[in-house]
Amino acid sequence: MSETLQRPAGKAAFEVVGTRPVRPDGADKVTGRAAYGADFDMPGQLVGKILRSPHAHARIVAIDASKAKALPGVKAVVTAADFPNLASEIVEGGESASNTRDLSLNVMARDKALYQGHAVAAVAATSVAAAQAALDAIKVTYEVLPHVTDVLEAMAEGAPLLHDDLYTEGLESRPTAPSNVSRRPVSQRGDLEAGFALAEVIVEGSYRTAAVHQGYIEPHACVAAWSENGRCEVWSSSQGQFMVRTYCAKLLGIEASDIRVVPAEIGGGFGGKTTVYLEPVALALSRASGRPVKMVMSRDEVFRATGPNPAAVIEVKLGALKDGTIVAADVKLKFQAGGFPGSPVGAAVMTALACYDIPNFLITGWDVVTNTPKTAAYRAPGAPIAALGVESAVDELALKLGLDPIAIREKNAVRDGTKASYGPVFSNIAYLDTLAAIRDSEHYKAPLGPNQGRGVAVGFWFNIGGESSAAVHLADDGSVVVMSGNPDIGGSRASMAMMAAEVLGVSVERVRPMVADTTSIGFSMLTGGSRTTFATGMAVTQAAQKVVDDLRARAALLWEVPVEMVEWRAGAAHCLDPAKADKAPMSIASLAATAGRTGGPISAQVSLNAQGAGPGFAVHLCDLEIDPETGESTIVRYTAAQDVGKAIHPSYVEGQVQGGVAQGVGWALNEEYVFDAQGQMENPGFLDYRMPVASDLPMIDAILIETAPNPNHPFGAKGVGEVPIVPPLAAVANAMRRAAGVRMTDLPLSPPKVLAALDAARS
Amino acid sequence: MSKIHVTANVNGDAVEFLASPGMTLLDALRDELSLTGTKEGCGSGDCGACSVIVDGRLVCSCLMLAAEAEGRRVQTIEGLAQGGRLHPLQEKFLEHAALQCGFCTPGLLMAAKALLEANPDPTETEARYWLAGNLCRCTGYDKILRAVLDAAAELRQARSAA
Repeated sequence: MSETLQRPAGKAAFEVVGTRPVRPDGADKVTGRAAYGADFDMPGQLVGKILRSPHAHARIVAIDASKAKALPGVKAVVTAADFPNLASEIVEGGESASNTRDLSLNVMARDKALYQGHAVAAVAATSVAAAQAALDAIKVTYEVLPHVTDVLEAMAEGAPLLHDDLYTEGLESRPTAPSNVSRRPVSQRGDLEAGFALAEVIVEGSYRTAAVHQGYIEPHACVAAWSENGRCEVWSSSQGQFMVRTYCAKLLGIEASDIRVVPAEIGGGFGGKTTVYLEPVALALSRASGRPVKMVMSRDEVFRATGPNPAAVIEVKLGALKDGTIVAADVKLKFQAGGFPGSPVGAAVMTALACYDIPNFLITGWDVVTNTPKTAAYRAPGAPIAALGVESAVDELALKLGLDPIAIREKNAVRDGTKASYGPVFSNIAYLDTLAAIRDSEHYKAPLGPNQGRGVAVGFWFNIGGESSAAVHLADDGSVVVMSGNPDIGGSRASMAMMAAEVLGVSVERVRPMVADTTSIGFSMLTGGSRTTFATGMAVTQAAQKVVDDLRARAALLWEVPVEMVEWRAGAAHCLDPAKADKAPMSIASLAATAGRTGGPISAQVSLNAQGAGPGFAVHLCDLEIDPETGESTIVRYTAAQDVGKAIHPSYVEGQVQGGVAQGVGWALNEEYVFDAQGQMENPGFLDYRMPVASDLPMIDAILIETAPNPNHPFGAKGVGEVPIVPPLAAVANAMRRAAGVRMTDLPLSPPKVLAALDAARS
Repeated sequence: MSKIHVTANVNGDAVEFLASPGMTLLDALRDELSLTGTKEGCGSGDCGACSVIVDGRLVCSCLMLAAEAEGRRVQTIEGLAQGGRLHPLQEKFLEHAALQCGFCTPGLLMAAKALLEANPDPTETEARYWLAGNLCRCTGYDKILRAVLDAAAELRQARSAA
């Protein structure tokens, strides 16, 4: 069950916002009608398939596709030679920037294959069998190179180098030799040495997480069609149709407006679909063959060539006074970036201590390239990893000092007016309320059973705003179409419709929200950074307000009164002029029906760059039970409280919280990329890459804290989608610590590791 | 390789199609019969997105050969709503917000339908184990379980009233 803390009294109640209507895309999704990436076909389409490197690190000496091209049914073969050789250039994405050269080389390897599964060639053929035969007939000559997959080994002297031209950025002076460390971001405050000198107690720990995949159930899929006039169409499942357009234009060297990207329904992304893998290749194959090309990844390809989130090593040293006041913190974050630079270590540095007000700290990050798939964003990228280290260390501090785990966090908590570790001053945050909600919960007071432990952890995520476009159109019967440029992953169309309905004063059923293609709406950054309900919601609200203003003007015209004499209420214009008290209200339907006589169609579009996203705080409480005989552990109870500002559709906000918890639990207990000695992933399937199933989890209680609405959003919304995955790794690890009596630091805490730790403690 | 002529009953309709010997039932449904509501998440029987009911039994259609459907009765997500009315499971999924991206939803609905046919009054634990073959990455299963148990209660009530 879930509960909601109400916003302070005196605020206007909303008619639609905060209710739980059926989502507008729901019927299509429960009937199988909704069309995802692989559900679309074009007449005459070919099957596209990718040839992938069997080696973790190899020079591509030659590619001979002559035999493949001669096979029946094979219409095109492309390699890196079919793409422009791009210079290094940073392009802003949704919540992270990308280097288009690296993106291009990741989509199709040019001189070197940098991980097993790296694309080296692609074919288009008339059938799956013909495409497979063509892949088998392509002869690639490799010079196999020494490889490195482990982050610490990749940082060590003498490690195999992935890139000869990679010189560490962020050092005091430019290094004289290349290395696998692309950059070293640092964040600091105060005097670290003086802080530790002041400390009465010190805890230190080193923690590890394995690479994990975002695990969306829908594999990447697209259809691309290149027309003879140079214009092209892409149908694909992604977190941003404009992202796909921008990246395809860059990677193929064509104009963005020549590409129309139609967003399919997206079957989960979690950050993993904030980049392109297939779309540029399908376009190149379509250009070469003159036919539409459809490409769908297998699950094996999804694991080997997309995602994952980095493996990492986290070292944390905390110094505190006996009362629990933390006076110094030294945090080191070493992140595996995969084949190209760009792990989320920068965000990890910024978030690591964001829940704490600590006078002296140093946070250092390392972005380390390895012969593993190029990492992609995964829900609050980097923050869960940093939180694993910091929250485990804070838990150790609480244990050492005999303090309550909530109390020690309250003692060091940021609040309104605190200068955040990453720079700005916090305002309108409800972190303390969120801590209190867990402390006061029935769960926190409930007794534990045998072999059970209870873990607490907190988490922070910035949330972002950014560029969004939306349009609101009235039909001639007064029904409403809302267009936006953001793919709906978790229910954002419901939120868009609700906000428009609230402003227009109509029922949500009269609003049809649509996700528009790139030629039908203004630019919008991708769906990521927990930005859509905040930023795109702001655009929708403003567009709806413009429509209301227009409706009032139309009524004023008909009534021959100044527009100030027209009030918009409950979906109708009301005349305020006492001299015209006989004028009955005019409904949205009647004003829409007469629009042709009062100035033409009623519609409005807003494009904006939303600022002032409210940050998210989460406090999680996890009860875990260990089977001392097998080392297997079970989550027996879980409660998650979150500062959400204002929940537009509380059910889908709860859903974000519950889903984030489930992913975090999988990360903590079972999920990991396992590489063999040759750098091959050993578990590229859902049988061996073990994500949580229904029987692994209990109900997950979500507490939505609405005591600090975001003043920068018309309804007070803060981003909600990412912060729920920040605390669970540490909440589970802390519960394990208290259940087992020993600290386990190497995630995932799978049964063999737990049993070994228990055995070591017992002997 | 010659193709196999297959006749079957899908969602109450007699269908026929040609299947290559290696074609899965999933590919036949999606590519030959244009029933794309059944999804492929893994192709190895581990995610349950392709769940359909064959002669009353829940199967992963990616693990069954299309030729094996000869003479059988196949139920897919497209046949769950009847006469323009959603099945109570579909209604409850919407009411409880038991879906986010919706990709696993068709498979989960078919698995839940098979559950309630086998066990009209499952405990939460029984339902969790029955649905353990259906991966959902978005919801954490909480609202799915609530929807399934609520639909079970409604179906029991309807049955006892009838």
